Amino acid sequence: MPVLARTLEAAGLSTILVTNMPFWAERVGVPRTLAVEFPFGHTLGRPHDTAQQMRVVRQALEVLETAEAPGTIVHSPETWPVPRREALKGWQPEAPSPIIQILAPRFREMVRQRRQHKA
Amino acid sequence: MPVDSFKYLPRLIAAFYRMTDRQPELPIPWTSLPRSLSDCKFGLVTSGGLYHQSVEPPFDLARERQEPTWGDPTYRTLPTDIRQEEVEASHLHINTQSVLLDVNILLPIRRFQELAVEGRIGGLAKHAYSFMGYQGFPPDTIAWRETYGPQVAERLKAEEVGCVLLTPA
Repeated sequence: MPVLARTLEAAGLSTILVTNMPFWAERVGVPRTLAVEFPFGHTLGRPHDTAQQMRVVRQALEVLETAEAPGTIVHSPETWPVPRREALKGWQPEAPSPIIQILAPRFREMVRQRRQHKA
Repeated sequence: MPVDSFKYLPRLIAAFYRMTDRQPELPIPWTSLPRSLSDCKFGLVTSGGLYHQSVEPPFDLARERQEPTWGDPTYRTLPTDIRQEEVEASHLHINTQSVLLDVNILLPIRRFQELAVEGRIGGLAKHAYSFMGYQGFPPDTIAWRETYGPQVAERLKAEEVGCVLLTPA
């Protein structure tokens, strides 16, 4: 999605990206970003929590209005009201995605090798 | 407090992302706000894998299952007067239950209609757009950059949109 922000901006639109992964916004280089510490799939808040959704949207509009240079990242003070462990489980699909089913064993092996290397 | 990008990632994926060494391609594009937000028509774009049920097809998850390193790069169009029950989602990387309860957590159409009534923004475009965020492994965003992103930009501009809110899932 950071790539799409760049593409739309380059086409002459003023964009604001709201994301829980400012890590990627920074690395890809996004014009304007509002970072939110929310679980995946819940970028603007919880379902039917219209007050929270509106707070986040208003923050996003402010960033759009006030950012002065490309690469601006503003961190939202909003917090997620559900414990981390529960939220982490809640956003994930019931079955791991096809690529994760393939990659998980490889990731595990890479992490194991790094640990061994350090030890 | 800065947002922790890794808070809600499984440990293995977080470890893998942290190994990524990438620098932004410069310059980062920039379009100054064309006018005050109260005169600006907004477009909404998400990568939540949403589509208009019975009007457009889902994203091609069958091919992704066959070919897990591939992700559907096309987009879907959702009218912003869509009813909640007409919204469907096809995305193998997130649980779509929440967005099927309330589309506004990714595509804030009601919130933007409220902001338009209030006069905070100039208006909301009649059409919103959804991509599906998984673009393969390793990610291949050429089709987004060269074909589908520019198409959506042209369609937004044809509706006189000046500002766009983007929400990855």
